[in-house]
Amino acid sequence: MTDIDKETAVENSPQATLAHASQWRLMWYNFRQHRLAVFGGIIILILYIVALFAEFIAPFDPHSSTSKNVYHPPQLIKFIDHDEDGGWSFRPHVQQMELNRDRVTLEGNYTPVSGRKVYLRLFGKGDPYKLWGKFEMSRHLIAPANPGERFYLLGADRLGRDMLSRTITGTRVSMSIGLVGVTLSLVIGIFLGGISGYYRGAIDTVVQRTIEIMIALPTIPLWLALSAAMPKDWDTVTRYFAITIILSLVGWTELARVVRGRFLSLRAEDYVTAARLDGGSQSRIIFRHILPSMTSHIIAAVTLAIPAMIMAETALSFLGLGLLPPAVSWGVLLLEVQNIRSIAAGPWLFLPGGMVLITVLAFNFLGDGLRDAADPYASKGH
Amino acid sequence: MNDLSAENANNIVLEIKNLVTEFPTRDGTFRAVDDVSFSLKAGKTLCVVGESGSGKSVTARSILQILDSPGRIVSGQILLHSLRGIASDADGPTDLARLKPRSNIIRSIRGREIAMIFQEPMSSLSPVHRIGNQIAEVLRLHEGMSKKQAWAQSVNLLDQVGISDPAAAADRFSFEFSGGMRQRAMIAMALACNPSVLIADEPTTALDVTTQAEVLDLIKSIQAERDMAVLFITHDIGVVAQIADEVVVMRQGKVLEQGDVFGMFENPGHPYTRELISGARDLDQPAAQRLAARASRDIGELILTATDVRKEFTISKSLFGLRPDKIAVGLKDASLELYAGENLGIVGESGSGKTTLARCLQRVYDLSSGTIRYSDRNGESVDLGSLPSSQLRPYWRDIRTVFQDPFGSLNPRMTVAEIVGEPMLVSGELSGRDLQMRVEELLELVGLPASAAQRYPHAFSGGQRQRVAIARAIGPRPRIIIADEPTSALDLSLRAKTLDLLLSLQEQMDLSFVFVTHDIAVVRYFCDRVAVMYKGGIVEVGDSETICSDPQHPYTQSLLSAVPRPDPLQRGNTRVRYSESVD
Repeated sequence: MTDIDKETAVENSPQATLAHASQWRLMWYNFRQHRLAVFGGIIILILYIVALFAEFIAPFDPHSSTSKNVYHPPQLIKFIDHDEDGGWSFRPHVQQMELNRDRVTLEGNYTPVSGRKVYLRLFGKGDPYKLWGKFEMSRHLIAPANPGERFYLLGADRLGRDMLSRTITGTRVSMSIGLVGVTLSLVIGIFLGGISGYYRGAIDTVVQRTIEIMIALPTIPLWLALSAAMPKDWDTVTRYFAITIILSLVGWTELARVVRGRFLSLRAEDYVTAARLDGGSQSRIIFRHILPSMTSHIIAAVTLAIPAMIMAETALSFLGLGLLPPAVSWGVLLLEVQNIRSIAAGPWLFLPGGMVLITVLAFNFLGDGLRDAADPYASKGH
Repeated sequence: MNDLSAENANNIVLEIKNLVTEFPTRDGTFRAVDDVSFSLKAGKTLCVVGESGSGKSVTARSILQILDSPGRIVSGQILLHSLRGIASDADGPTDLARLKPRSNIIRSIRGREIAMIFQEPMSSLSPVHRIGNQIAEVLRLHEGMSKKQAWAQSVNLLDQVGISDPAAAADRFSFEFSGGMRQRAMIAMALACNPSVLIADEPTTALDVTTQAEVLDLIKSIQAERDMAVLFITHDIGVVAQIADEVVVMRQGKVLEQGDVFGMFENPGHPYTRELISGARDLDQPAAQRLAARASRDIGELILTATDVRKEFTISKSLFGLRPDKIAVGLKDASLELYAGENLGIVGESGSGKTTLARCLQRVYDLSSGTIRYSDRNGESVDLGSLPSSQLRPYWRDIRTVFQDPFGSLNPRMTVAEIVGEPMLVSGELSGRDLQMRVEELLELVGLPASAAQRYPHAFSGGQRQRVAIARAIGPRPRIIIADEPTSALDLSLRAKTLDLLLSLQEQMDLSFVFVTHDIAVVRYFCDRVAVMYKGGIVEVGDSETICSDPQHPYTQSLLSAVPRPDPLQRGNTRVRYSESVD
């Protein structure tokens, strides 16, 4: 078969579209094969949408408390409303419940109030809030039809605050701290890993030894020391950024190693030598020839680094050294379940822990899929 | 002796009948082996020859049922006639195709009745077990020997495959062996249970030509000793001509032709076989195109002179300079001259320093000592060796490179237009529409359609990719092209085409070539002069015809005598062995 024959064969085959496919298209073909990763990706997308519109999606203000609803158990939504005369209609509602205290032991007990239902509606008016601190709004995704009534789909905490609203609000801080923290460690990691891998020699030695020392330090005491150094009177936002910086200062090492490794292996590639011989300047070689081959690997590494950040924030806050109330994050929420009494009184308070679990798993599935798809040329060619 | 072999000739050991092997894929079923039939006779060698993707390896793997998932045998028979020590023996031949891939019977046949050796011995030997233990393992598993017996037998086997000091060698690990030694150890392991069939899947492709000759000799002598049937898979017509009794030519999963080796080389029936054989023979003589070109135009002035070029690599730096750094000498004071319009070959085996020299000529590597004088278009002479790297750019436009591996040398993330246009773009010479036109012009020069420009390299075959690489090299109108084994990753039929392309470009663009290769045939076809390298030094330089027909240096003699000639009538030429070349 001559070259020209082969050429036309390629032209007419279904692979013709593949011939024009850029690396991102090829990655997407590979990634789609990985069902679990696509599933993880969808979950993460949903979580970030929730984080973005937290105030709107949460039914109530996460800080509004009612003393009569302390440790209110979760309520189930019922969609069909049965009238007393036997007819029915579609009206989502929950059964209202009332707190009764045992006169002797003072133990709280919730019993349904017969005939009292809290009707729900989409986009109803509820607690007023400022979306992204800017837009005054009062509509919520789900709200009680009669303003002033309350319902607890996932129960209430010690102060009668709605756990669903609090978990949704916590999503914003927990999910973003991972993203912001990783971005920061990525900048450090690319910079230090990049110069270490590109220039090698003495710079490489210094950077690598630093990384090894950083890795050798036990992380928890390090976090503890750094957070303990934060003044207690800082406001929530300052504290949030301080925590992010602490996490990324500890977390950049892994990314720096990935970047350095890719640089080292790509430097040896013939096409990088060819680019040098084509007369490309050093920055052109790095940015036009080397970096595009690394981006997909970096994205995969970042995806796998985010859950570590989320876990770290949760751990710090749980220990009371990270974010502090009134800030709401999953770690802060878990502060509530540090004692056996809360566990006995309201097992639903563990919900934020479940969210951490789901998020970390989803990120790991996504990261695995991305890593497998990251080099769409590996299986081809050789 | 003759009577005996005639008797054995009819002794069929393994028979393959209408074998079909398929790989189900997303876009339908791919038939890798399509209705293949042949038979192996005791004491005879059957060569299966074909280019990459012809289904020859899959055929071999089907026999032992070690197909890569999801491949499976769909129909056909694989009849094994001699089966020792297995109960069902009396009923006649065993059909391997009907056995389950994980059944006990097939497992006892693998290694015991039918042994296999692979192309890359490094990956077939375990790096964490001693060579002796690996061979002993086979013996204990299949022959039930005791630990001590098995060890003694493996030392014995290593001795038989010609490894010197076998007792010490058995105690070593595979990574301590050279490529040739590893392949010998693999053969020792394959022979452990005295199999009646040996399947060799390109066992010498990864080896140097002198080592290849040794390994082929070894297989031959062992085969004669044990009356073993050998199924030898190769893409190299020269090897076929040297060792085959019978030949099966495969293409796209089908058998095109099979028959006696002498008959087939004398009178090939299928046009494809003819093309293969004439392709190999054409390469074994000077290209007519080159001779014609030289007749019409003389070789010009001296344009590149390397004098005493030395290159040392630092292997490990000592801490705080307490000891001297460990240094490997890649190039020992090599001197070379290149004249305008000529093709200079640099030939040598792996590790001889030929690529290092090529990279030094272009100053990709910094020299440890020596000079490289280049006289530019205006006749001004400059020493590339002492120039600071920042001033090399204009000379890199005059001296261009074509790399060996067409898969690694093209950035998979750039389109062909971007790759070919890069040198003109970074020099600011052309951009936009002009650049696009120039790229199309270059693609046309190398025989690729203009539509190739917008594609990515993964859409092309090896030969086409190498054309893209050539287009990139000639882009800035260079004077010298350093080609580092540009054809060794290509199938035979593409080699001559690629070389012809280079020759026609030479005429059109007035180029000189430095052609690095390990393949003597390519030197003869393409090069006017040749430098033979051995262990970092140049041992002989001269006219390529003279060196090929009358080599002076003993190393060159041994190298040339090891080259398998694509003619079965030229077998058994006396091999010259160079004392230092033993592994």
